[in-house]
Amino acid sequence: MRTVPIEWFLILSAILFGLGVVAFVFKRNVITIFMSIELMLNAVNLAFVAFARAHNQLDGLVFVFFVIVVAAAEAAVGLGIVILLARNRESLNVERMNLLKF
Amino acid sequence: MPILSHLWIILALPLAGAAINGLFGKRWPQSAVNSVAVGSVSLAFLAVAELVREFSHLAADQIPYVGNYFTWMVAGPFAVDFSLQVDQLTIVMLLTVSFVGMLIHIYSTGYMAHEGGYYRFFSYLNLFMFFMLTLVMAANLIVMFVGWEGVGLCSYLLIGFWFLKKSAADAGKKAFITTRIGDVGFTVGILLVFATFGSISFGDIFAKASGMAVEAQTGVLTAICLLLFTGAIGKSAQLPLYVWLPDAMEGPTPVSALIHAATMVTAGVYMVARMNPLFSRAPVAMLVVAIVGAVTAFYSATIGLVQTDIKKVLAYSTVSQLGYMFLACGVGSYAAGIFHLMTHAFFKGLLFLAAGSVIHAMGGEQDMMKMGGLRTKIPVTYWTMLIATLAIAGIPGFAGFFSKDEILEAAQSGPNAHFWLWLLGVVGAGLTSFYMFRLVFLTFFGAPRYDEHHVHVHESPKNMTVPLVILAFLSIFGGWFAAPRLVGGVDYFERFLAPVFSAYAPPMAEPAVIVAEPHTSPAVTLLHALTGWPVIVAVLGLLVAWWFYIKNTDAPKRLAQSVHALYTLLLNKYYVDEIYAALIVRPLLWISTNVLWHVVDEGLIDGTVNGTASVARQSGGQLRKLQSGNTRSYAAWVVIGAVVFTVLLVVLGIR
Repeated sequence: MRTVPIEWFLILSAILFGLGVVAFVFKRNVITIFMSIELMLNAVNLAFVAFARAHNQLDGLVFVFFVIVVAAAEAAVGLGIVILLARNRESLNVERMNLLKF
Repeated sequence: MPILSHLWIILALPLAGAAINGLFGKRWPQSAVNSVAVGSVSLAFLAVAELVREFSHLAADQIPYVGNYFTWMVAGPFAVDFSLQVDQLTIVMLLTVSFVGMLIHIYSTGYMAHEGGYYRFFSYLNLFMFFMLTLVMAANLIVMFVGWEGVGLCSYLLIGFWFLKKSAADAGKKAFITTRIGDVGFTVGILLVFATFGSISFGDIFAKASGMAVEAQTGVLTAICLLLFTGAIGKSAQLPLYVWLPDAMEGPTPVSALIHAATMVTAGVYMVARMNPLFSRAPVAMLVVAIVGAVTAFYSATIGLVQTDIKKVLAYSTVSQLGYMFLACGVGSYAAGIFHLMTHAFFKGLLFLAAGSVIHAMGGEQDMMKMGGLRTKIPVTYWTMLIATLAIAGIPGFAGFFSKDEILEAAQSGPNAHFWLWLLGVVGAGLTSFYMFRLVFLTFFGAPRYDEHHVHVHESPKNMTVPLVILAFLSIFGGWFAAPRLVGGVDYFERFLAPVFSAYAPPMAEPAVIVAEPHTSPAVTLLHALTGWPVIVAVLGLLVAWWFYIKNTDAPKRLAQSVHALYTLLLNKYYVDEIYAALIVRPLLWISTNVLWHVVDEGLIDGTVNGTASVARQSGGQLRKLQSGNTRSYAAWVVIGAVVFTVLLVVLGIR
């Protein structure tokens, strides 16, 4: 039986991660940035799963669960912040969030 | 044996008095402060008296009796116990210190009655008694050093008692700093003792020293003795460190009497006598001690000739008398030195207290040129001061005669006698007699030279005159222990102290040949003693003073004019203060100001501190620009950081 080689998974993971990074840096909408973080996390998840399967070990899968849990928690907190920001600033543009200094 | 087994009680009493008065005395009435201060010292004296009784029952092999209380500090082989000891020398010192101290405490209740800081004065005075008693009872050099420095501290506090007066504060500092110079030598001496003998307790040191030979040339013992003597020079105001003592007269008069005449300044003499096993083995050091003593005795007597401040005369006289004590120790007659120490405590304490009474009567005037004719107005003060003067001048029958005679005899025929030492001593004795009678004649005789309408001369209260009378009694009879010697008999004082000075004495090079004195009858011996040079110069001094200040009262002025240069030199105390100022004080001030202050402190230290701060501020000022507050720039930094780490890890392979 032919299987998909691990390189393909890794290349896909790298592409997804790169897209996430680019979006993270260049997008201005907070929600989009948020989504790009999720994209990066899941790209890493993909790499973990691929390695777990290739080496026939459970460690990678365990990591994936951790990442999912953390991502869920982060989404909950992050979206809460986003809602508050949207209420205060009436905007989702990160350019206007410039008080994180000193 | 309650006191002998609890020697610490003698120390604890004045310490407790100092603590109680210092902590609570401020709110108490004077009578309460009095009873604590005088009470604690009187109890200490009673304890000493009881100690003497118990001591007299001790067997000879139990002396010195050492009481070891606790181990104070241990550092490798260096161990210091808090231990006290009692031997004959300690007994003499304890009796002198506690008795004179008690009298001066009583006197102070009268003298200081109208002064502010009453409780503070007595707290310091009690603290001084504590340290002085520690000094004389110490059984090792470190405990002795504690007392030594402690009395220095109290001296500083009491000289500067009127600290709002700049001259008093300065005098306190001068005393403290000058004696510190000597104490550097003392400290090094103690260290050298430890390095040489491996112990600092007197018993161990002396036992080991007694196995050492007398150093013909200089050696380690000579070094130790000279270093220890440096401390004594500072503490006992000898040349060249005597300059602080005359200035110390800025303190209240009872302080001058107790600390700067009777007790503290004699600590140096006590220390030399205590360390006699070492000094006896270092003839070179002994010679130095004798020379310093003799020269100081003569030198400061000459300054005393022309001073007009009543306390300054007494101060130079004290320096001079301390010189005699060192002369005695230096020529090997420690007992005579300690004897003079004791009689001096009586008559010089009395002189200062009487002078205080005069100053009190004159309403604060200290210049003898503005006194005169006080004889009938303050008779008790006059008679007691006259007795003390007769004693210090060495008129036969008074205490000072016996002790000074012994010193001069030792300088003439003792173990390390030398003609020049004797001559300096004898001439100094004549000068002493002259300036002391000058003081008495100027103060008590002649016509009043003050404004009788403004100064209401009055005799001092009872609590001041009673100590005067007691001390006057001692100034006469305090020397009579030695009286039998005059008729060829035993000197009881010397015999009492003999164990201390003979126990570890070096063996004689040749068996001491007892010169078979031609047998003379006691009467002839007495006649010899009474017509010796010391007596002749003493009487001569008296007569000259009488001629100058009673017979021809304008003679001093004419003499001063005819030898004007000498007179000015003496009046300005040989310009020693000015010389020290030019040679030491001003260069030090210059270095302190221009090097240590402006270069080291402002340049180096401030530069380092300020430089560190300014580097932090500058770099922070630059780095804060990174923190723009823009969320996206932070995101970019995160990415850049991740990229950098990836490059480091993957591409460069750094882990």
